Amino acid sequence: MTYLAKPKFHHPDLPKNSLGYTHRDYEGTVSTLCAGCGHDSITGAIIQSCFELSIEPHRVAKISGIGCSSKTPTYFLGNSHGFNSVHGRMPSVLTGANLANRDLIYLGVSGDGDSASIGLGQFAHCLRRGVNMVYIVENNGVYGLTKGQFSATADRGSKSKRGVINTDNSIDLVAMALQLGASFVARSFSGDKQQLVPIIKAAIAHKGAAFIDVISPCVMFNNHAGSTKSFDFVREHNEAVNRLDFISSRMPIEVKYEPGAVEIVEQHDGSKLALRKLDADYELHDRAAALGFLQHHAAKGQIVTGLLYVEKEPEDLHAHLRTVDAPLNALDEKELCPGQAALEKFNASLR
Amino acid sequence: MPTATPISRVNDFVIRFANVNGSGSASANEMFARAVMRMGVPVAPRNIFPSNIQGLPTWYEVRVSEAGHMGARGGTDLMVAMNPQTFDRDIAGIEPGGYLFYDSTKPLPPSKFRDDITVVGVPLTAICNREYTDPRQRQLFKNIIYIGALTALLDMDVKVVEQLIGEQYKGKDKLIEPNLKALHIGRDYAVLNLQCPLGIKLRRANAVGDRIFIEGNSAAALGAVYGGATVCAWYPITPSSSLADAFTRHCAKLRVDPETKQAKYAIIQAEDELASIGIVIGAGWNGARAFTATSGPGISLMQEFIGLSYFAEIPAVIFDVQRAGPSTGMPTRTQQCDITSCAYASHGDTKHVLLFPENPTESFEFGAQAFDLADRLQTPIFVMLDLDIGMNHHLSKPLAWDDSRKYDRGKVMTAEELEAGKEFGRYLDVDGDGIPYRTYPGTHPTKGSFFTRGTSRDRYARYTEEGAPYVDNMQRLIRKFDSAKDLVPRPLIATSGKPTKYGVIYFGSTSPAMDEAIHMIEARGHGLDRMRVRAFPFHSSVNSFVADHDFVFVVEQNRDGQLRSLIVNECGIDPVRLVPILHYDGTPITARFIAKAIGDHLDKLTVKPMKVTS
Repeated sequence: MTYLAKPKFHHPDLPKNSLGYTHRDYEGTVSTLCAGCGHDSITGAIIQSCFELSIEPHRVAKISGIGCSSKTPTYFLGNSHGFNSVHGRMPSVLTGANLANRDLIYLGVSGDGDSASIGLGQFAHCLRRGVNMVYIVENNGVYGLTKGQFSATADRGSKSKRGVINTDNSIDLVAMALQLGASFVARSFSGDKQQLVPIIKAAIAHKGAAFIDVISPCVMFNNHAGSTKSFDFVREHNEAVNRLDFISSRMPIEVKYEPGAVEIVEQHDGSKLALRKLDADYELHDRAAALGFLQHHAAKGQIVTGLLYVEKEPEDLHAHLRTVDAPLNALDEKELCPGQAALEKFNASLR
Repeated sequence: MPTATPISRVNDFVIRFANVNGSGSASANEMFARAVMRMGVPVAPRNIFPSNIQGLPTWYEVRVSEAGHMGARGGTDLMVAMNPQTFDRDIAGIEPGGYLFYDSTKPLPPSKFRDDITVVGVPLTAICNREYTDPRQRQLFKNIIYIGALTALLDMDVKVVEQLIGEQYKGKDKLIEPNLKALHIGRDYAVLNLQCPLGIKLRRANAVGDRIFIEGNSAAALGAVYGGATVCAWYPITPSSSLADAFTRHCAKLRVDPETKQAKYAIIQAEDELASIGIVIGAGWNGARAFTATSGPGISLMQEFIGLSYFAEIPAVIFDVQRAGPSTGMPTRTQQCDITSCAYASHGDTKHVLLFPENPTESFEFGAQAFDLADRLQTPIFVMLDLDIGMNHHLSKPLAWDDSRKYDRGKVMTAEELEAGKEFGRYLDVDGDGIPYRTYPGTHPTKGSFFTRGTSRDRYARYTEEGAPYVDNMQRLIRKFDSAKDLVPRPLIATSGKPTKYGVIYFGSTSPAMDEAIHMIEARGHGLDRMRVRAFPFHSSVNSFVADHDFVFVVEQNRDGQLRSLIVNECGIDPVRLVPILHYDGTPITARFIAKAIGDHLDKLTVKPMKVTS
């Protein structure tokens, strides 16, 4: 019912978070995506994550490229500034925005065409640089807006709606993110909000380049038999390595976990991740092992999901560049302009 | 004795050093140029270098002109021919009566020379082989030795060069002594064996004043520092890389907090030009002053983003240090060939603000002003340097800054204004100048947020594909562009001494050659009013200047007369009234070229009374 305006009133007893905001305060306009689109579930997960984390909506900058996924920032956090940039170039725009003001939370939303095809270069380089952000790829293996062409994450051998078999190898963005130095890497499924929400929350708390690949079936063009990005296929082949509870720094750990079954991972901001391991041997801080694990399971046709890698001491781009603590966009001429006296010295050195 | 009278001139000649790239000649040659300046004589060096690191020919031309002509002149009075690869054509380029300085270690047949020039041989290789054993030293000191010989041949004050050597190797003091030694080996050889000085010589003068010796790229980068740029994203490309390098250097000196050692700037060497401009636009959207430095091929790559910056109205500054195109073209040669591609960059109806500095001083001034203009107009601003301005040292007016100057951050609505209930519509033309208000991300919890997009939208930034709001927005963008006409640097007019029906329009690095050419044209009996255009969109005075003359020459350094086309197109002028004068072989335009082209044209129009013979 995308042609209907979203009603502004809401139930007076809606639960409020610690800032006094309700869930509704984190919503955007009504989605114009197809009914049942996986992307809308991710939008819901983002809204829930921000609400539960009690983030001030206006302190988030949401930036996207072009495509179905890149439209979604309109549908959440209506009080945040958003930027729907150009195809495949969200990472550079986000990098620049982040450099201008290190105090905001940067949420980059992209798709598989946007990140793995036209924007593969920018995807790679912003992860290399360690931009402090949450980079979500809403991955459906297909170009939706242009009606069903394969994208670069479509698996070899998978079948398009028109019956064409994809003969190109696929790009695994998670494996690439690991290889490129992302300090937080996860994969989830739009149909599994219980897994996705804590991952998004943990990624927001992470101070570094956090990458989340979310398999998000396209109900229109890639949800048929023979597709490896359909709801049914992903459910059948989902190999979750862990389940996560996110515990913010403000909350005491209330749940009692059985020793051994749960690994507590502390992040730099004091938040904790309680990790219920589903695969006993999986080691969260071992980049090389994570890559091996992924490839091993991919060869068996399984889709590994969960929080796959977290760097213990992440550093972000601002740390690399040793920038001042104040946002660069807040510095005025007093801070930035060296003045006539310095110029006279400079002139004198050139005679 | 040569068949032509040897040139005899003081403080007015051109020396050209022909070297092999990577032989260490550049710093020796630059030292020579500095020495001329230190003697109080105006000097204009130009580095003509190949797209190569080692082995290909390179030239360093030094124009000495006490009269202050700083453009390229054309022709060589003294050729220092150190490159066997180019020996023959180097000799061919010497003016009749000129001089050849060469390495006479290996005897050359007389057919290698010309009979109308004076030949001066110094056995440089033999001297170096005798004095030095290390091959690298033999090469490097050879350069200093010929400088030493030139000090005697040109009657220079050797103390000036000695002092420069001391300054150059300050901190690496053990290099000073061997360099001084090499200098004197050359000088002593010349004094003992050659007839010194030549007919061309240097004499101390007082014509430099307080001017400084600086490259346009360094000055532009300093303009960015003074203009408040905090984010620089760039991708290496000749001839603009040294602008980003200079920004890095200036920032390390001027923008690091002395206590915390933290940087008040962020510089990213991006993966390509697309990322560079993307980073700049992201930073500009978020309220930081940001720029990139590039050249023509980079501009081509940035097209899509430039359109976004125009349409979504995001401040950005682009320094385009132009080089000869199209395609890879001549990457180390100069041209003014990106005027069209920048003025109308990107698909759809777009127009962009261009600034045309004439030299390093204006590169500094416009470099700083570009950031005020970008914030005020919320659009990309192009600062159009070229290789000649950017990569050559120019004797320039000292850089100056008014300490009371405040940055113009443009129309930015604050949290207080939003809280007080001021109406915010991102694309609402509240003042009638076409410039809307914006908010920085993160300003207010519930007011003033908006969605930025390259798609069409209404005055409140809501997505729409309706025709009326689209047209409304496009019309406002034109109003905004009109507003820019009175904000950008105005054209400068110099009126001819005598009334004339003809004018000339020129811009950028053509300036010094034009300034000199005007004297030559006047000497041929023609008056010419001059207008130096300093920005696009054109101020209304461009229209009236053309209207006030029968026709106007447009001098530029490209094949197609790009500025002329822009004037025709934007000012609605009959093309017949604008006569193109075009120089585009990759070398800087010369006064001789301009004077000849314009002079010949005007000669044809001059009615000469017929001589009646009885």
